[in-house]
Amino acid sequence: MSPVNYLYLAALLFTIGATGVLLRRNAIVVFMCIELMLNACNLALVAFSRMHGNLDGQIIAFFTMVVAAAEVVVGLAIIVSLFRSRHSASVDDASLMKL
Amino acid sequence: MSATAVHSLWTTAAGPIDKIQAPDIEYAQLAPVLIVVGAAVVGLLVEAFMPRKARYHAQVFLTVLAIVASFAAVLGLAEAGYGTTKVRIAAMGAIAIDGPTLFLQGTILLASLVAVFTFAERKLDPETHGTKIDSFVAQAAAVPGSENEKQAVKAGFTTTEVYPLTLFAIAGLLVFPAANDLLTLFISLEVFSLPLYLLCALARRKRLMSQEAAVKYFLLGAFSSAFLLFGIALMYGYAGSVAYARIADVVDGSIRTIDPVLADTMGNDALLLIGSAMILMGLLFKVGAVPFHMWTPDVYQGAPTPVTGFMAAATKVAAFGALLRLLYVVLPGMSWDWRPVMWGITIATMLGGAIVAITQTDIKRLLAYSSIAHAGFILAGVIAVTPEGVSSVLFYLGAYSFVTIGAFAVVTLVRDAGGEATHLSKWAGLGRRSPLVAAVFAVFLLAFAGIPLTSGFSGKFAVFKAAAEGGAGALVVVGVISSAIAAFFYIRVIVLMFFSEPKADGPTVAVPSVMTKMAIGMGVVVTVVLGVAPQYFLNLASQAGVFVR
Repeated sequence: MSPVNYLYLAALLFTIGATGVLLRRNAIVVFMCIELMLNACNLALVAFSRMHGNLDGQIIAFFTMVVAAAEVVVGLAIIVSLFRSRHSASVDDASLMKL
Repeated sequence: MSATAVHSLWTTAAGPIDKIQAPDIEYAQLAPVLIVVGAAVVGLLVEAFMPRKARYHAQVFLTVLAIVASFAAVLGLAEAGYGTTKVRIAAMGAIAIDGPTLFLQGTILLASLVAVFTFAERKLDPETHGTKIDSFVAQAAAVPGSENEKQAVKAGFTTTEVYPLTLFAIAGLLVFPAANDLLTLFISLEVFSLPLYLLCALARRKRLMSQEAAVKYFLLGAFSSAFLLFGIALMYGYAGSVAYARIADVVDGSIRTIDPVLADTMGNDALLLIGSAMILMGLLFKVGAVPFHMWTPDVYQGAPTPVTGFMAAATKVAAFGALLRLLYVVLPGMSWDWRPVMWGITIATMLGGAIVAITQTDIKRLLAYSSIAHAGFILAGVIAVTPEGVSSVLFYLGAYSFVTIGAFAVVTLVRDAGGEATHLSKWAGLGRRSPLVAAVFAVFLLAFAGIPLTSGFSGKFAVFKAAAEGGAGALVVVGVISSAIAAFFYIRVIVLMFFSEPKADGPTVAVPSVMTKMAIGMGVVVTVVLGVAPQYFLNLASQAGVFVR
């Protein structure tokens, strides 16, 4: 199978993730959608790496995984602290600073 | 798939594998970053092993020492000519050591030093239970208003983790404008973003707002960095490499199909255009340019005010550095494509920031919108695509960052029972109650407005001059109009402070320790010196204004 198909899949996954970020209201689900976008990036990087025959893309994919893990640590800490003080993880409820 | 189509990389080598070359790292030229990272790691050890009582002094000392040492290293490199005659690309192509890098690293370090002084301020609030308290929460894990939180306050806990977090953020900020490949760009962006998300959540007062600001900043920041990463993936697909010089060669067509495997993608302009647009999107988010600015007011308002000052100054400097390098080193070959887009963004940013700021009633939100408008003015210099454009942007960033930190430091002083009194109505008559503080704030506002004899004027003049000479005259007209609009609300605050009666239940002005005094004093000195005698610094910026490739 041509590696180009994986690029289409990556673009599709990225779009699904971005749509989820914009439409879903729960901070955890929004965060999961962002992770989906990062994984779509990984897929695109690995597919390009295969097409070009060099390893740069695969190495970047490893870095992305580490960054995603670090983001989980920081992000869950922030979301859980918000949840514990409001008993809700809805991004719509967090509106103290609206004009 | 036939066997011949399989790349040799995925098959087992028949002969012995070549020895892997050890990378060649220029430690001396990376010293500014390494010092800061090392101090951050030591700071973590201090958190782990030092008794609680001693941590505050140890951390402040360590942080200030690291920043000063790192600044000395930057000065040493500049003195040795790494900014002018000995520019080079270090760390196997990952880091560029050149004029803009050293100038911006120096600016970031000085701004961070001033910001750390405001972090360490402990005299604004009266002592509670015998311990001095700063702007940061007693225990971040305790739920606001709970019994846990009361106990933590009573026990005199303080979040001294902010200092190592700040050092990690500074390390990322130092690498960001120096990044010379897309991977380093992405990693350094995350290295400075993740600590900033946490710092935003650590305000001592108004904790719900602070947590909300952190969630918004985190979700939107992660969203934008996902776009940046997908842009990097497409750009890698287009050029077959993430190194800036290599991509630039492919973009401007100076190498043609040397590598047959690249023939498919190198001709594919969709990859290039979409990829560079997504990377620009990620950088413009950090800059706070208009379609991507929605996080700025909320995060600036909710974050602890010293952190807001740090973010507003240092992050903006680093992000503009990275943006400049991307546009001037990687994408000059397609400036016909990105200039119209950047024109639109610049106009929207200048006008949008200035117009929305008029309706604001909270001083921190007002400063946030003002920082958006200033991002627009700086973008006008970026568009010039001339050496003067680079040096005017460098100068503007240096001038702007000290004014911003100074202004936010003044905001921390005006307080009532609930902490900082940020509503504008409470600032009425401040000039009668506390003439000195109001006068200092008026100086900062005049500098924001770009009144002559302040650094804001010399900065704006340099940027607009470069833009006009670079063929963006219409942009300068819009810039001057939006400066006039912006001047209206800065002057309005000054009028409010000096020409209205103070309210009976108005806020008090706290007398700070020498730390905040130094931060504000440095802001005033830089504002006046760069306004009255800018020539030396303009020369410095124009010497530094050449990128290595």
